[in-house]
Amino acid sequence: MDNFSIKFEKFWQAFYTHNGYARVVVGLKNTMLIAIFGLIIGIVIGTAIAGTLVHPAKSRLSRFLKAFCNFYVGLFRGSPIVVQLLVTYYVVLPILQINMSSLKVCILVFGLNSGAYVSEIMRGGILSVDPGQMEAGRALGLGYGVSMGKIVVPQAVKNILPTIGNEFISLIKETSVVSFVGAIDLYVAFNYIGTNNYEYMVPYLFMALIYIVLVLIISSLVKAMERSLGKSDRSHQA
Amino acid sequence: MIEVIKLNKNYGDLKVLQDISFTVEKGEKIAIIGPSGSGKSTLLRCLNFMEEASSGSIIFEGINLTEQKAKLDLHRQKMGMVFQQFNLFNNKTVLENIMMAPLHIRLSKLRKTRWQNFFIKTGNFFRKNKKSLIELDTDAASIKEEVRGQALKLLQKIGLEDKKDVYPSTLSGGQKQRIAIIRSLAMNPKVILFDEPTSSLDPEMVGEVLDLIRSLADEGMTMLIVTHEMGFAKEVASRVLFMDEGRIAEDSSPEQIFSNPQNPRTREFLSKVKAM
Ligand SMILES: Nc1ncnc2c1ncn2[C@@H]1O[C@H](COP(=O)(O)OP(=O)(O)OP(=O)(O)O)[C@@H](O)[C@H]1O
Ligand SMILES: [Mg+2]
Repeated sequence: MDNFSIKFEKFWQAFYTHNGYARVVVGLKNTMLIAIFGLIIGIVIGTAIAGTLVHPAKSRLSRFLKAFCNFYVGLFRGSPIVVQLLVTYYVVLPILQINMSSLKVCILVFGLNSGAYVSEIMRGGILSVDPGQMEAGRALGLGYGVSMGKIVVPQAVKNILPTIGNEFISLIKETSVVSFVGAIDLYVAFNYIGTNNYEYMVPYLFMALIYIVLVLIISSLVKAMERSLGKSDRSHQA
Repeated sequence: MIEVIKLNKNYGDLKVLQDISFTVEKGEKIAIIGPSGSGKSTLLRCLNFMEEASSGSIIFEGINLTEQKAKLDLHRQKMGMVFQQFNLFNNKTVLENIMMAPLHIRLSKLRKTRWQNFFIKTGNFFRKNKKSLIELDTDAASIKEEVRGQALKLLQKIGLEDKKDVYPSTLSGGQKQRIAIIRSLAMNPKVILFDEPTSSLDPEMVGEVLDLIRSLADEGMTMLIVTHEMGFAKEVASRVLFMDEGRIAEDSSPEQIFSNPQNPRTREFLSKVKAM
């Protein structure tokens, strides 16, 4: 145990006295930025794709759009996110001669990637809603968009909220690869602290703890949200 | 009021409706009976374009709907539909369920008029002879009040005003179906299509729903009812269509069909139903 307290001593020195915590804060901030903005972009893209895919129209335009959506989803689900990051950062952007900070590239790639996954979740959610709901809306003379937006999607979102929460959690976990394109995240920060005196045990233990606490906090937030949404269904007032 | 001419509907090779022709006059109550799979639901669904017919025409109040697809929503507003599974909106309270369609439709009309006025005003800026604005006799708040008042009146009519703020999941099947019926009434439809309105109800709740439909019939509502309740069909219907394998096999008065069926298939079907 003595050994451990020496290790902890060294870690604390690097963390606190030598300002390692500043990097941890930056890393944590980047992790959250990438996950949050990635999810927001993902929800926008995913809802658009799902809306396109479930639309009953069979026109040439709609068939083309559907094929494109399927291609997009296949592309981003079919390769590891590290590869997508590397290809975007070292291949696509240089060819297009676009300069972008590595943090922005990460947000972009995580957003595009998450869009593919959210579209599947959203589509499942929409299909899980009884088709009778859409039919009743249309039979009353409401349009497709109104029936979708006011009746079907609200019920779908309630069904998929836990899954969206899981998507957010997996985004947070996946951010641990962003150092491949030079972005600073928790791994980079703690790795820096460890390298300070070649003592990695405690820094990585702390890193693990931070990830676990983050995930626990988010899961309980999602549960709380589910509960408050579930209430509207069961409230008895009569 | 409705004229159906040579309506056909295929699912792939399966001919579900074959050369269906009939007319519906204002105030008629038509019961549609027939064995399972004979195309009764498909016929109703074609009438309000939930399914697209493969060929044939449907003329509703002088307008050939098979030609004017663009205005289907307007047409559906005048043709109510009541489903076997009720299909109340689960994410809306009872009152919201009833108010939703009329409120949305009247508000979007109001919004549209406001935009038109905006364009007229913008145009008047450049015009010498000013165009006059379209008169607005109401605003969003009073539309909402009016629709709410009408919805509450309908709820009172079926004695469920105390349920106005609950969600459908807390209601019994009979209550759900009665609310689904007044939800379609709230649009002031010219005709209501019922697809087996009592088939998924517990026996003790069938009566309350049939009573409501009967009272609508007495008020002169035009209706088409697909039903397996032969007693009800006999009592309420002014005409009965017997469907078999996608065709109308017999079309006559309830007295004729139930006491003296002409078609052997009708006879066979009725004797089976009686035996049950
Ligand atoms: N979407 C569909 N795709 C393929 N076949 C269908 C579809 N909908 C209905 N059918 C077929 O069309 C036929 C007629 O169905 P329909 O639902 O109109 O019968 P029904 O007279 O209402 O029967 P029931 O009394 O059981 O409700 C059936 O053979 C059914 O299997
Ligand atoms: Mg049916």
